[in-house]
Order: sequence, then structure tokens, then C-alpha cells
Amino acid sequence: MLKSRKEPGDVIIGLEVHVQLNKLNSKLFCGCSPKYHDAEPNTHTCPVCLGLPGALPVLNEGAVVDAVKVALALNCKIEERTLFYRKNYYYLDLPKGFQISQYDYPIAIDGKISVNGTGGGERHIRIRRVHIEEDPARLVHKGPIECSRYSLIDYNRSGVALIEVVTEPDLRSPKEAREFLNVLRNILEYLDVFDESLEGALRVDANISLAGGTRTEVKNISSYRGVEKALLFEIVRQKNLVRRGIKITQETRHYDEKRGVTISLRTKEEEQDYRYFPEPDLVPLGVCNRIDDIRESLPELPDTKRQRFVQQYGISEYHAKVLTSELRLSNFFETVASEIDPILSATWIADVLKGELNYRGLGISAFPPKHMIQILQILRGKNITEKSAVQVIRTILDRGGEPADIIKQKGLIKVEESTIAKAVAEAIKENPAAVQDCRNGKNEALHFLMGQVMKKTHGRADPNIVNKLLKEKLQCT
Amino acid sequence: MITKRDVEHIGWLARIKLTEEEKSKFTEQFNSILDYFERLDEVDPDVPPAHNISGLVNVFRADVVRGSMSRDDALDNAPKKEGEFFKGPRVV
Ligand SMILES: [Zn+2]
Repeated sequence: MLKSRKEPGDVIIGLEVHVQLNKLNSKLFCGCSPKYHDAEPNTHTCPVCLGLPGALPVLNEGAVVDAVKVALALNCKIEERTLFYRKNYYYLDLPKGFQISQYDYPIAIDGKISVNGTGGGERHIRIRRVHIEEDPARLVHKGPIECSRYSLIDYNRSGVALIEVVTEPDLRSPKEAREFLNVLRNILEYLDVFDESLEGALRVDANISLAGGTRTEVKNISSYRGVEKALLFEIVRQKNLVRRGIKITQETRHYDEKRGVTISLRTKEEEQDYRYFPEPDLVPLGVCNRIDDIRESLPELPDTKRQRFVQQYGISEYHAKVLTSELRLSNFFETVASEIDPILSATWIADVLKGELNYRGLGISAFPPKHMIQILQILRGKNITEKSAVQVIRTILDRGGEPADIIKQKGLIKVEESTIAKAVAEAIKENPAAVQDCRNGKNEALHFLMGQVMKKTHGRADPNIVNKLLKEKLQCT
Repeated sequence: MITKRDVEHIGWLARIKLTEEEKSKFTEQFNSILDYFERLDEVDPDVPPAHNISGLVNVFRADVVRGSMSRDDALDNAPKKEGEFFKGPRVV
């Protein structure tokens, strides 16, 4: 493990990650559905989540179980007694004038997870706390945030269960912050507590400073992809100020995703202004007696699965890491590996298919595992070349279709050895100079002749056979 | 001791505009409330804080949907609305 020592020029980043528990059936304190994404505005509300007078919150047990799952997966210590507080601030997205959150007694503290450090090696990122809170409503601004004159409010999101994961300031680069979020997102996906594809599922506030300098808080980074960009922008901004001798002011800045810049929000609220006080309508929570049951219900987590893949399938550490980086991808691999040699499967899925998916911005769900099995079976039967197999994968991703049909339509079945032999004889006859060079031991000439044969066979000849036949004919080694 | 500046800050936190007259009136009132609370100084400080007086712990509801209000009902009490939304001033 590399020490998280602070050196001059270093950047220091701490994250507050808000995760929507959007797989729950109901909101945190009321029976409204949290599935607001396709809903008409203001159709998922009730007196509790609209903050009407006299309405009383009652805690969703499922949210507590989910929060404990996450805390355990992040290696946190679950607190014996945990309390809800009112966090007071006046904003349109909070119908009650306060947000029910946790403060002095969060549900869990002192966790850690390891990520790949920027300079190679593993870095342990400490988790300060995990707490439960309610999501504010969604505001719809007319135009950009700093010049809109009024806001429209959709309270469907008001009261949706969130957990907030707060790290210590242990991250040393925007890339590391992104890597941390990838690891966290992957764990959350394995735990089946959230669906990251939903808008707003994961939102990040980042504290950032140059070593020894004043820190700023960048709020409202609404995608994990935006984090690296927002942090890079903020570091450059701070460095420019330092270079020009201007003092960095401690402030909250808003990240404008569309323009890729951070903007000062000129807020004067500070921690003490939130006037936290215990929420009198909710009783204390003590979940220690349930930890063992919840721990036993935890699914296999990415780290454990990665180790199992290496042991059970004999695949490389690198392939195991890639294949476990997404739950669906790991399931895909296991389906294919149950039919096909696991090492061959790992190579084709992690190196080829994943690359083709990334290139197209697609997820693994875009490719049926049965197609991968079919392609690898045909490839293993030496009926198509590796190059053709890649072509089949690309065609399925771009246009769809069945592997067998695509192979037939594109004429990808490997050519017979007799056909290759004919092409070899032609190539030798047409290129006497190259033949001479080849006999004189020039390797490039052999490659040239191979290329000629491949051309004549439309790339469908097995390169090994071409190589073998050419060498036999030319009697060169 | 609450000063006029504290009152101005509290007014800002609540997004309420205060007149000069109100500011001095509230400064006086806040201070008399605080004076009243000073009586608490007479209490033995070794008593642990009571976060909740009911003595209950772990009151839950099961994670089931109970249905929501109609949008018309929800918007009925809104002082300002626009189409299907509540409407409010921009706050920074
Ligand atoms: Zn509700």
C-alpha cells in the first residue's frame, strides 16, 4: 500500500456520494413510490413528503437494511445507536424547511475500500461515515441556474431514500476519485440496492484543495463520469489563482455539466447555520442485533468474486478484474465459461467483446451470451478465423443477427487447405523477387507473401496454415 | 448575547426581509428568550442528553407502496403553480 502522504503540489480530494436506494418499493418515510423517473410531475406525493402540517414520518425498514448492507460491504463499523436529525435550510426543494438526515450518530463509521492508485499499486481510501437521509425534490429551472428568475418544483423525488457515503480526504487525483466511484458503484450494483442507469441515482459533492491551500466544495456533480471533469476544472482554476497570487476563497461551487465549468454560488451558509437538532418525530435506531443476519444475506462481492475467478477458472488476475468490474459482465462470463474453455472465454470477453462494447458506448446487455458461446464454438472448431470472429461480434453489435447467419452471409467460413495451397502457388509465381528475398532469409518478404495469400483468400485463410504452406514451398525457415 | 447582526443573519437564513424597526425589536425579543433559557444553567450538567423521550427504539414500516395523493389535491394548497408544477422564487 502506498502511503497517502501529502506533498507540495498534491491535490487533496474528499467525496460525499449520495446514492439513491432506488430499488426500494417506497420512499424513506412514507408509502409513496420512489419510481418517479417515468412519472408525471407531482403524482408521487402525500402529506409526509409534501411536508404538510401534522404529517408524521415512519422509517422504511428496507432502507435501513440496505444502508447496513452498504456499510458492511464498505467495511464500516455499524453504530449501536443511531439518530435522525433535522438539517435546517430554506430552499424550494425542501417542503418542510429542513431535511431529515443524520448528524452526530450516523448508522456506520470508519470503513475503507481499496482502489487502483494513480501511480500504480493499491490505495486504501478511508470511509468516514455512511448515513441515511431523504432526497430533496427536483427543481426545474427555466434556463441556466444563475439566470433563471423562478423555479418549478416536482416533489416526486422528495423523500426518496438516500445514503450518503463520505470519504476521508484520501484521494489524490481526479482519476483516483473516478476509480473510487467505479469501485463503489460496482459494490452497490452487486448489493442490488440501486440501479445506476436511472437519472440522479448517484450524485457527488467533492471537497478539493491543493496541499496546504483553502478547500472549495463542488456540488451537484450528477454523474460519475462528470466527476473527473469537474475536479480537473477546479484544480486548474485553483492553480491559476495561486499562480496569479490570488487567495482561494472557501466557498461552494456549482458544477455546470453542460459547460464543464464550476460556478461560485455565493452562499453564506456554513455548517452551524444548518442548526441540526434531533428529529423528535423519529425514535432512535439500534440495528446491532441484526448485523449477523444481514451480513449472511450479503451476496458475493467484487473482491471475493475476483479471487474465485482466478482460482476456479485459472484465468489471469487482470482478466478476473475486468470481468468482475460489472456484475452483469461477471454473470455473462460465467454463462459462457460453463460451455467453453474459461481461458478462451475470458480472453474473448475481456479483451475483444469489452473493447468493442466500450468503443460503442454499450453495456454487456447489448450482446446475448448464447451468441458468444456459438461464436467460440465455431472458432474452436477451426471453421472461422479469429479475424472473422471479431467481424461477427462487430456485426451483431452494429446490426444484430445470429452468428451462423452472419458467417454464411459474409462467406466467413474458413477456406479449405487445398484452396490455400492454390493461392500460395499463385503468390509464389507472381512475386519472384519476394520469393528470392525470402529464400535469402528476409522475414519481411515472407510477411509480404502471406499478405498476398490472405488477399487472394479474402482474409479467410487460417494464417497458421498459410505460414506452414509457404515455408514448405519455399523451404525457408 | 444576540446582536443586530445575528438577527440579520437569521433573517437571511430564513430568506425573510427585515425592516430596521423589526431588527431592533427581534434583537430585544431574542435576548429575552435567551435570558429565560439561562435558567437551564441551574440543572445538573451530568444528566445525559435526552434525544427522545418516548423510550421507543426501532419503529419501522414495511417497504410497501401505500399510494399517493392526486396531483390536483397536491397542488390545491400551493400559493403558486404552473401547469403540473409548484412554482417558487429562485433562491440562491
Ligand atoms: Zn409521500
